[in-house]
Amino acid sequence: MQRRRFSTLALATALFGGMSARAQPQAVPPWNEVLAKARGQTVYWNAWAGDEQTNAFIAWVGERVRARHGVTVQHVRLKDTAEAVSRVVAEKAAGRNQGGGVDLIWINGPNFLAMKQQGLLYGPVTQALPNFRLVDTTHKRSNVVDFTTPVDGLAVPWRLAQVVFVYDSARIRNAADVPRSAAAMLEWARRNPGRLTHPNVANFMGATFLKQALIDLSPDTAVLQQPATDADFERITAPLWTWYDALRPHLWRRGQQFPENESAQRQLLNDGEIDITISFNPAEAAVNVQAGLLPASARTFTFAKGTLGNTSFVAIPYNAAHKEGALVVADFLLDPQAQAHAQDIRQIGAVNVLDLARLSPAQRQLFDALPQHPALPTAAELGAPQLEPHASWMTRIAAEWSRRTTR
Amino acid sequence: MTSPPDHGSRAALRLERVQLAVAGRTLFAPLSAVVQPGACLTVMGPSGCGKSSLLAYLAGTLDAAFSASGRVAIGDAALDGLAPERRRLGLLFQDDLLFPHLSVGGNLAFALPASVRPAQERRRRIDAVLARAGLAGFAARDPATLSGGQRARVALLRTLMAEPRALLLDEPFSRLDADLRADVRRFVFEHAREHGLPTLLVTHDAADAEAAGGEVLRLDDPRGDDAQG
Amino acid sequence: MDDAHRRRMEPTHHALKVPAGLALAPALTLAAFLLPVVAGVAGTLLPAFGWLPALGGHTLGLEPWLELRSAPGFATAWWTSVATGWTATLLSVVLAVAVVASVHHRPWAVRLGEWMAPLLAMPHAALAIGFAFLVLPSGWLARLVSPGLSGWALPPDVSTVGHASGWPLVAALLLKEVPYLVLMILGALGQVPARAQVLQARSMGYGAAQAWLAVVLPQVLAQIRLPVLAVLAFSLSVVDVALVLGPAHPPTLAVQAVRWFSDPDTRWVFPASAAAALLLATVAASAVGWMAIERALHAGVRRWARRGTRRDWVSKVAGVIAVIATVLAALALLAIASLALWSIATQWRWPDAWPVGWTLAHWQRQATQLAGPALATLVIGAASTLIALALVLACLEHEAQRGRSMGSRALWLLYVPLLVPQVAFLFGLQVLLVRLGADGRWPAVVWAHLVFVLPYLFVSLADPWRAFDARYARTALSLGASRWRVFWRVKLPILLRPVLLAAAVAFAVSVGLYVPTLFAGAGRVATLTTEAVTLSAGADRRVIGVWAFVQAVMPLLVYALAAGVPRWLHHSRRGWAT
Repeated sequence: MQRRRFSTLALATALFGGMSARAQPQAVPPWNEVLAKARGQTVYWNAWAGDEQTNAFIAWVGERVRARHGVTVQHVRLKDTAEAVSRVVAEKAAGRNQGGGVDLIWINGPNFLAMKQQGLLYGPVTQALPNFRLVDTTHKRSNVVDFTTPVDGLAVPWRLAQVVFVYDSARIRNAADVPRSAAAMLEWARRNPGRLTHPNVANFMGATFLKQALIDLSPDTAVLQQPATDADFERITAPLWTWYDALRPHLWRRGQQFPENESAQRQLLNDGEIDITISFNPAEAAVNVQAGLLPASARTFTFAKGTLGNTSFVAIPYNAAHKEGALVVADFLLDPQAQAHAQDIRQIGAVNVLDLARLSPAQRQLFDALPQHPALPTAAELGAPQLEPHASWMTRIAAEWSRRTTR
Repeated sequence: MTSPPDHGSRAALRLERVQLAVAGRTLFAPLSAVVQPGACLTVMGPSGCGKSSLLAYLAGTLDAAFSASGRVAIGDAALDGLAPERRRLGLLFQDDLLFPHLSVGGNLAFALPASVRPAQERRRRIDAVLARAGLAGFAARDPATLSGGQRARVALLRTLMAEPRALLLDEPFSRLDADLRADVRRFVFEHAREHGLPTLLVTHDAADAEAAGGEVLRLDDPRGDDAQG
Repeated sequence: MDDAHRRRMEPTHHALKVPAGLALAPALTLAAFLLPVVAGVAGTLLPAFGWLPALGGHTLGLEPWLELRSAPGFATAWWTSVATGWTATLLSVVLAVAVVASVHHRPWAVRLGEWMAPLLAMPHAALAIGFAFLVLPSGWLARLVSPGLSGWALPPDVSTVGHASGWPLVAALLLKEVPYLVLMILGALGQVPARAQVLQARSMGYGAAQAWLAVVLPQVLAQIRLPVLAVLAFSLSVVDVALVLGPAHPPTLAVQAVRWFSDPDTRWVFPASAAAALLLATVAASAVGWMAIERALHAGVRRWARRGTRRDWVSKVAGVIAVIATVLAALALLAIASLALWSIATQWRWPDAWPVGWTLAHWQRQATQLAGPALATLVIGAASTLIALALVLACLEHEAQRGRSMGSRALWLLYVPLLVPQVAFLFGLQVLLVRLGADGRWPAVVWAHLVFVLPYLFVSLADPWRAFDARYARTALSLGASRWRVFWRVKLPILLRPVLLAAAVAFAVSVGLYVPTLFAGAGRVATLTTEAVTLSAGADRRVIGVWAFVQAVMPLLVYALAAGVPRWLHHSRRGWAT
């Protein structure tokens, strides 16, 4: 899961609509020209490098595009996407409109919004990519709308994330006992004190937990698609805080301490200190059981009403030095072979962005042949992902939580 | 002249067949001696013959590399096996070893047994002792400001203040200038006699032995040619 | 040795003038490590009052302080820093003093210093990571007694790591600070006729421990003042250990400052600088506080000594405290052992006391990733050690040839990098480096490491170097050798062992540095320590085990080398007294 930090810069842009120049749409050359120019280029793909499997996948992509198209991929390891965004911003400020150091960024959310609004992206590119016709833009809406911002073709989707919860079936033996709503979670925590927690809300995953609870508790979620205002915020989030205040004393460590991120929380599950953890990767349990980081009895569940989902994109900065190579890499990511490889739980277990109905039988076979795992949720179990609210809700929730919980 | 407090009749210091060995080699022939209260036994010998080790053995601080046999006692009370702090033997070294962080009076008070109370009585005792030794008013002085001879005298007074049962002197005059030596020697032996303490003096200076006026014991030369430690 | 004694031992070289190059040595050394500190403090204090034109701070004012004060949890963060810093320092002093007081008279006490060395070589971060695993409710200590002895089927919901009071942070700091202070006390004992004085006191009826405390301690207190202040400054402003073990809501002030400094939004630099300035003021005030405590201790011991009470229980209490110190040493070794076990474990779940299986796969998989940071650590450590060695040897030789020692003021100057909190000057140093265009590259990191390595190297090498019998040099000179030849062929070979050991200490210091690498390297230079601390927030203990173990073992290997090489080189000659 891509880790994100919401830089205030990006957030300010999101909240107050930003006033930077709109990018002039740049036309993408015909595909055979792109392929010809791309051969021999080295693409600097700036991507979060937080775990082994992701890094290995990026390396695999590099091997494949080199074999097929003669493009070399250099994985620029980031702790935070904002670093790459800042770099492009700095280059623009310095007047470097060509030959930029960043060719491809793994991006979504406020970082994408910031780049789009400041005119930092090359494109629109999606229509030029041959494999884009395979992408599901109907049922997987997050492929074209990113955190309420229309993508407008400026970024290419490549993996889906959806909130799931992982639990230890050796501890919660009856699958019917798992709490499948926020209210049920409160009940469950009351009966099992100290066995539930969530990451620090300053971390993206922790904020997602509260966001998900808010959506689950709110009767009307449409308002969440709009930016948050002071009046709205209090009214809409009131049920959330009531619920949280009731929940907190029953959390792990009585709600006085929180794991720093989802990895730390997963470690707690593995150590037997808690029974439920949250993740943005539906294959989280399966992948980690394979890696020996979770017990074999780990299983996955989602809320009955559904859970949040979003898409991870790759985008090309407007001043990238190797646009053609980047386009080739982006297109390859949409190739069913790449999508299937990513979805393999022995790799990263990422959910594909494609519409399987549009695939040829041979391509479909790639997906059917993927290894199964009892901890891997089926598409039916996942359901249609809920759309992400406007980014401003997340910032405010995080700030409010911090205010309430810091000593 | 006020006499020192009486602690019952003094006992003699007895050594019975004391022998030290290091690395399997004995240092001297078994040594037996009795030192009467107020008398002084001088032990002499060349470097390496073990005379300082003998003192260490008596004081209970013999280095672990050595092995020892024999008995040591004061009167009837055996000293073998007792920790150094239980033996109540006064030590005087070559260096006066006055504690620099305490005043002269503080040094003496450190040695004075805690049974002397209250604080005024302790101060009175210390002042009296210093006055008798010709160091009146020195109680508040910093030891570093004293002359060599004064420090040597304070060192002895401190040792006596702890009310020891015997005195062990490890070449205490060798660091002093020649003219001071005679004075300090006289001071030490007078006080030892006055307190009735059996004294054991280790030295390689014949003049010291003469001034002690007691029996002189020569430790044999170490056997074997490999003279070490 | 005091000056008078030295002069008796070694007449000044009136006839020989000090060579020009050597005369520059002290100035060069001072520049090498004081300049960065001074520039760094200035570069951090100015933004604390709003001045940093490059980032939009054009007016001096108190805004950063107001921002700091309004930050949530600020007061708690500051208080946690103060409480943990002082507790760790006071406890380590008490423990170290008790250890030396109890065992100073034992025959094996001379080897005590040698046993401390391996503990000191292990970097703080690795110890913290291992210690975290030990004390977690689902950690090794709990697993060893569960479910059998403790009856726990599930890990108890008790807060240890991350506890609001910061006690695991204090405990982990003790693991290294107690051996360090013991070593410093033992070193100070060399200046004082401790053995004879204690004998004197024991003959007056005082037990060994009480004799040492009443007689020797006041004399060495002044000499361990600088090391204690260094411990105090470190404990108040430590970052890596606090990241791993300290509370998180809010963290200690130092951790918060580093977080703000690293935030992509540069607006946070100003309150971060204010926090760093506050830490600096706190350390300064604490230093004054320690000197007051010292004075009170002196007065107290004097009063206690004058009373003349001989108490048996002093030795017993000192003995108990010394046992506690030994337990800490055992915990430190267990912490490192746990890292090693994790690195070769397949799976290790609660409540197993040992991993269920063994594998080398993690080592194989991490090997390629380890190579870069390991190399960086080695190169930076070697470079900073060698440069520091050259400077220190030049200064010591300069001092030896001039015949006059440098005095206590020089020692205070030397300790400055250790007395100023790292966060308080490293940001300013980074600004300076950015201005020079040098940040983020290895030379910058080497320089930042040099600043910390120099004091430790000097302190380790000064005494053995000064104790060198000058007659060797004089004899060699009279035989016609040039001074350069005397240095290389006579002095250095004789003092090879202390030099190598001091270099090993310096290398260990460099390996363990976290904040300096982070700042001077602008987050772009990865060493074993920076990676290990980053990883420690992650979730695969097996990977963390590999990294932390390598980080812990590297200085130990260098140390073993340093101890073994002279022995091997000179195995045919006995009688190497140093």
